[in-house]
Amino acid sequence: MEEKLDLRYYAKVHSVESFGTVDGPGIRFILFLQGCNLQCKYCHNRDTWDVNQGQYRSLEDVIKQVRKYKNYIMPNGGVTVTGGEPLLQVKFLIEFFKELKQEGIHTCIDTSGMVKITDDIKELLSLTDLVLLDIKHIDEKKCEELVGVTNKLELNFARYLSDNNIKMWIRQVLIPGYTDNEKDLIKLKEFINTLNTVEKVELLPYHSMGKYKWEKLNVKYELENVPDATQKDIDRAKRLLEI
Amino acid sequence: MEFKQWEKFEKGDWADEINVRDFIQRNYTPYEGDDSFLEGPTQKTEKLWNEVLDLYEKEANSKGAVLDIDTKTVSTVASHGPGYIDKELEDIVGLQTDAPLKRAIMPFGGIRIVEKSCEAYDRHVDPEIDEVFHKYRKTHNDGVFSVYTPDVRAARSSHLLTGLPDGYGRGRIIGDYRRVALYGVDALIDQKKSELEELDADTFTEEIIRDREEVSEQIKALGALKEMAQSYGFDISRPAGDAKEAVQWLYFGYLAAVKDQNGAAMSIGRTSTFLDIYFERDLKAGKITEAEAQEIMDHFVMKLRMVRFLRTPEYNELFSGDPVWVTESIGGMGIDGRTLVTKNSYRVLHTLSNLGPAPEPNLTILWSDRLPQAFKNFVAKTSINTSSIQYENDDLMRITLGDDYGIACCVSPMKIGKQMQFFGARANLAKTLLYAINGGRDEISGKQVAPKYLPITSEYLDYDEVMEHFDTMMDYVAKIYIKALNAIHYMHDKYSYEAIEMALHDRHVYRTMACGIAGLSVVADSLSAIKYAKVKTVRDETGLVTDYEIEGEFPKFGNDDERVDSIAEELVKTFIKKLRKHQTYRNADHSLSILTITSNVVYGKATGNTPDGRRAGEPFGPGANPIHGRDVNGALAVMNSVAKLPFDAASDGISYTFAITPSTLGKTEESKIENLVNMLDGYFKQTAHHINVNVFDRKLLEDAMEHPEKYPQLTIRVSGYAVKFTKLTREQQLDVINRTIHERI
Repeated sequence: MEEKLDLRYYAKVHSVESFGTVDGPGIRFILFLQGCNLQCKYCHNRDTWDVNQGQYRSLEDVIKQVRKYKNYIMPNGGVTVTGGEPLLQVKFLIEFFKELKQEGIHTCIDTSGMVKITDDIKELLSLTDLVLLDIKHIDEKKCEELVGVTNKLELNFARYLSDNNIKMWIRQVLIPGYTDNEKDLIKLKEFINTLNTVEKVELLPYHSMGKYKWEKLNVKYELENVPDATQKDIDRAKRLLEI
Repeated sequence: MEFKQWEKFEKGDWADEINVRDFIQRNYTPYEGDDSFLEGPTQKTEKLWNEVLDLYEKEANSKGAVLDIDTKTVSTVASHGPGYIDKELEDIVGLQTDAPLKRAIMPFGGIRIVEKSCEAYDRHVDPEIDEVFHKYRKTHNDGVFSVYTPDVRAARSSHLLTGLPDGYGRGRIIGDYRRVALYGVDALIDQKKSELEELDADTFTEEIIRDREEVSEQIKALGALKEMAQSYGFDISRPAGDAKEAVQWLYFGYLAAVKDQNGAAMSIGRTSTFLDIYFERDLKAGKITEAEAQEIMDHFVMKLRMVRFLRTPEYNELFSGDPVWVTESIGGMGIDGRTLVTKNSYRVLHTLSNLGPAPEPNLTILWSDRLPQAFKNFVAKTSINTSSIQYENDDLMRITLGDDYGIACCVSPMKIGKQMQFFGARANLAKTLLYAINGGRDEISGKQVAPKYLPITSEYLDYDEVMEHFDTMMDYVAKIYIKALNAIHYMHDKYSYEAIEMALHDRHVYRTMACGIAGLSVVADSLSAIKYAKVKTVRDETGLVTDYEIEGEFPKFGNDDERVDSIAEELVKTFIKKLRKHQTYRNADHSLSILTITSNVVYGKATGNTPDGRRAGEPFGPGANPIHGRDVNGALAVMNSVAKLPFDAASDGISYTFAITPSTLGKTEESKIENLVNMLDGYFKQTAHHINVNVFDRKLLEDAMEHPEKYPQLTIRVSGYAVKFTKLTREQQLDVINRTIHERI
């Protein structure tokens, strides 16, 4: 089946959420795309990794569904694509965002930025109102340990957004013992300070509520004994980040 | 008419005839500002409210949470002497009996239910009253059962028809209590006397005789209302002269109603903007301060929170605790485009902060896209903090009902003082489907309840065949349903007529026969399973289908999926058409609601396995909600599904109960408010009718289940009203917790 589909007009979808309120401004229609290029140990959507899972849906079908929520998402909200790693399906997203822009709908991508800046990516970003850039770890080595690859690509990606005047919200999951080191957080702050288009910096407290998804897939959850981040942890990190 | 109490009011039609709407339109001051003018509770309010809280605690610790019962006095408008909480502290006075939270007996609806209620709380009805109502005075309940036919009785006891008001007061009538304040009782009596003259016709038909008798009863009731107010030291024969009097007069009118009727829902109407006119006049004249205005509203609301009825434990089990449905409709837009939001709309909502959250009064926002933004933000904020508010679509209702309607009970709109309904509870549509499959036999008892229609005998259910049988069974249910309701309302008018409430109506009243359905999403999903998957029947030795096995996937209601949503829409349209085939008592217009209140649990208990995979005894979705756990596309998908249900066909209201965790609604206080406002705007633009908004964490509810003492005021919205969470039965608590609480991890 896969060969026959024109991947500009079909996407492999994990699920949708009609009432997203935490991934971008306002009420958002969230499209979860299937497939990921990272293996974050703390992932709370473990079931979105496998590119062989999920269902193909046509562009027309997805657009039709988004339209049903225009009454709610206009004018403050919009559409956010996330995953998995949405940028793996960049060709689809270009066509999708073209349609959304035509309808006056705000577009947003929630990504790790761990991709090369290809011409396709450039075109997509020119159609993107906001990028939620999840910087996995500011330290190259620790990043590799945590998610499987170094942070080189995503830091480049951030630079590209900044240089091309594309708005971004920087995010990081605060994982006790992994991403809460004082030096690292200060380094992250310094990196962010070099970027010009950062509108917001968000710390997402790590929680283990996604663990059951790993168990359902019969894969070992490596952060078994890591506690959830508390409000205190968040407040401390915020102070260090000066946000 | 001319009264010195009308000084500074702009005159108009209202001064020559009873016309409250005209008075409001000419005199009210729309308010588009924010909540910064509001005042906290005064010392007096705090002291009085603490006394009420002590009383609440005593009540909660009494058997069955009934503090006291006056078993010796038959309750009527003027039956009891004055009662107070703490006379010196009360701005607004008046209790149903001579002591706070003491319940009265109202045997005109039925003596046995009163006896049963008293016995449940270790009391006995006075023997003399017993004798009178057993030997000499027939009741509504006796009347109904003297005419009920075997088919109706069978449908009742098998829970095919449920919750019928044949043993309790029908309620859902809203007197225009504002008239008492604006005109004073004497002017109202004069009006009624002139109506009697109109009814002096040449042809003295049964209808005219009945009308004349009713108007005479109304005049008597107005006399009793004056007498009752007099016992508190107030002469309400004349109009109210200031804001405090206006609230007091209006409340006396309402109090008379709740002394006269133990109605299933005793709603108060649309009063806050009316009262604002009096507050504005006093504030402008420097007669009161904002703090005093708020105090009056706080004390008024306290009284509304203290209304109590004597009911059986079974009734309480069905409806959870002590609901009175003192529904107050707030806001909305006028047909001239001005908002009907006033400062007093804020004040009445602010009681939730000053006195803490509570189920009563049942605060209902009439939502319009064009409501002032500041007001939208304020109610959203209050909703998030208290989970005590429900919303109904003013833009939808204004089309047919104008701009002076109110909500009775949960979702039933009616023009104030011009319209009433014959409350009809609901038919169990899920059971109807099972009867269609089983040829009229009950799936649990195996008894032949409906006529012996042909059962379905195939192993796998065929959609067309099921639909044909279902259609026939719906015909049957519609027929006996209207039969039952006609009997009930004939007898209610005859033996338990709501004289004081109807005295506060025009003579020409538009009546609806308010039918209802339970189990809509169960039936829609069942039919969808039969249509899109394969459903195999499992039969017992007598051939009765007792269970179903589903092979394959099927679309489920609540996912904004046309394939199944259209089934639900069609069901609603079909059923109202079937009801309309049957002649109603007093030529009432048929209407329909999709509302279950908390009884979705009880109805579910009485219904066997259904073809959608729901297990026997499991709760239905409340109102128009999907079955919990079946919606996978998020909250807005559910809302879109619910919004498709046609209000034209279900004009008595379509209830949707929504719950969300605070963190799912947004990250900051500000974004939560913004998102809720946009959500409501979007939902109502989809032409939805009603929504309950709950914002809470599952953990909080679980804790409240284990430690109720920590949460005396924890209030949640259920289908069409609010309850104190700790007053729910354990089963209902679990139902609320297990229900979809929208959250994203």
